[in-house]
Amino acid sequence: MSKARQSTIRASLVHLALVAYTLVALFPVFLTLVNSFKSKQAIFSQPLRLPTPSTFSLVGYETVMKQGDFLTYFQNSTIVTVVSIFLVLLFGAMAAFALAEYRFRGNTLMGLYLAIGIMIPIRLGTVALLQGMVAAGLVNTLTALILVYTAQGLPLAVFILSEFMRTVSDDLKNAGRIDGLSEYAIFFRLVLPLVRPAMATVAVFTMIPIWNDLWFPLILAPSESTKTVTLGAQLFIGQFVINWNAVLSALSLAIFPVLILYVIFSRQLIRGITSGAVK
Amino acid sequence: MGSLELRNIRKSFGQLEVLKGIDLEVKDGEFVIFVGPSGCGKSTLLRSIAGLEDVTSGAVLINGRDVTVTPPAKRGITMVFQTYALYPHLSVRDNMALGLKQAGTPAAEINTRVAKATEMLSLEPYLKRRPAELSGGQRQRVAIGRALVREPELFLFDEPLSNLDAALRVQTRVEIARLHRQLGATMIYVTHDQVEAMTLADRIVVLNAGVIEQIGSPMELYNKPANMFVAGFIGSPQMNFVEAGRVCEAGATIGFRPEHLSVSPDEGRFRGKVIHAEHLGADTNLYLETENAGLITVRLFGEHRYTADDIVYATPDAAKIHRFDEKGRTIPG
Repeated sequence: MSKARQSTIRASLVHLALVAYTLVALFPVFLTLVNSFKSKQAIFSQPLRLPTPSTFSLVGYETVMKQGDFLTYFQNSTIVTVVSIFLVLLFGAMAAFALAEYRFRGNTLMGLYLAIGIMIPIRLGTVALLQGMVAAGLVNTLTALILVYTAQGLPLAVFILSEFMRTVSDDLKNAGRIDGLSEYAIFFRLVLPLVRPAMATVAVFTMIPIWNDLWFPLILAPSESTKTVTLGAQLFIGQFVINWNAVLSALSLAIFPVLILYVIFSRQLIRGITSGAVK
Repeated sequence: MGSLELRNIRKSFGQLEVLKGIDLEVKDGEFVIFVGPSGCGKSTLLRSIAGLEDVTSGAVLINGRDVTVTPPAKRGITMVFQTYALYPHLSVRDNMALGLKQAGTPAAEINTRVAKATEMLSLEPYLKRRPAELSGGQRQRVAIGRALVREPELFLFDEPLSNLDAALRVQTRVEIARLHRQLGATMIYVTHDQVEAMTLADRIVVLNAGVIEQIGSPMELYNKPANMFVAGFIGSPQMNFVEAGRVCEAGATIGFRPEHLSVSPDEGRFRGKVIHAEHLGADTNLYLETENAGLITVRLFGEHRYTADDIVYATPDAAKIHRFDEKGRTIPG
């Protein structure tokens, strides 16, 4: 920002607020990471201290590796998250394209109907969902989770993407039609690359709740072979004893896959290739 | 190769009728321009020819073949857009080649055609660049190149120069005229700029509120406008209109062009005060508040010393007065 329009006091106040917020947001993550490397005694006696040579311990990570099948849990979480994001983006973008591009009867009504999904939490339908999954024989499968998460992510995806697709120039789509591109080719080859930043936004918004969800894995897929990481970490939370070392280690490990996905998507957020498409 | 016929084209958006029965024939090799004020339906008409809009009723024939329900890519047309509409993620070369690739043209043929278009438009240095790395004028040349490689029967231009600055506009205008001579292709061109229309067209179609007001060569429209709308739309500065009764003339309204008035400081038909003078070097435009003809514009050639508040006399050339009846139609003779 130019110096002429920015006073030092104003700038420092803004930075102060941002730094404060960053600290608040990062503190739990910091605490989890730090304590996962400490012995149990140290976690309780000095929870805010960094690990010292005398308190450093990898016992939590050892427990996680030995007990339970955490590799499978990670694999399950990753499969469910990645496939759900893919389906949400694919179907969300297609629906958004139809809503933004074509004039048909009930267009606005359809858009509103899809947007209502944002306001009604999908968990209200848990009982019906469970009955449905039991009837379809999908209980204790990853498919059940993927279907539910896709349904959960679609409304917001359609809502955000259709707004973005309206901003793609009509001339560009028409140029494609004149060049003989089918409507599918126009969608996949012209429109999708242009709304990539919006797709990345939707992906990030969709990803976090899925990765962190405990509710649906617990109800729809609690079997050993379909457990997700968040459900797996519950293993160490007993009724009377909680293995804090193991819980903190499991959670620390759970941060990394989602962090990697976030980095991939946020790179797309920054890259704007629309410039120069039209004046 | 490349004739166009429109038969009673009508187009409605809901209750609003945008095109109210358009009939037009364009011969092979002709350069036809649609002009009209914004909202007159000229762009909608062009998009209907391209197949980007479905017509409500009527028929579009290209080369005698009814293409009313044919998709755009199969009509043998190509279109250049006001916003260029280049594919942002493709290089200049791929932008030009995409349509041919899509149609399954052999690679060797694509290369020859792209090379030919590149040479015609001097796009050689830019072939590997993306649209974002080009200036406005270069982008529009690429857009024209993309149209060229398709070797269409009909070129459609939708206000292609509107986004360019004045100097580039003149330059690109000359380039389009040269292309038309070189290719001998049929071109349909939409603009709201009557200078573009006058300089490029073989024939001009003047549209207003969804109907054709007049079709004719630029000079026909200038010398023999069919009605007051065309008379006022063609020519700059605009024709002066005066109520015939006020100046003792026949008809309901008379019109005379600013360039068909002579001015004298001593005597003449309309006495008036100069309220503003524009000195352009080649021309001098005077705005006069006259006693019996109201506000009129005079265009004098060369430099003149008149300034605001001077009292002058203006006299129209009697042979070049246009007369209109109550409905605004020209009274012949």
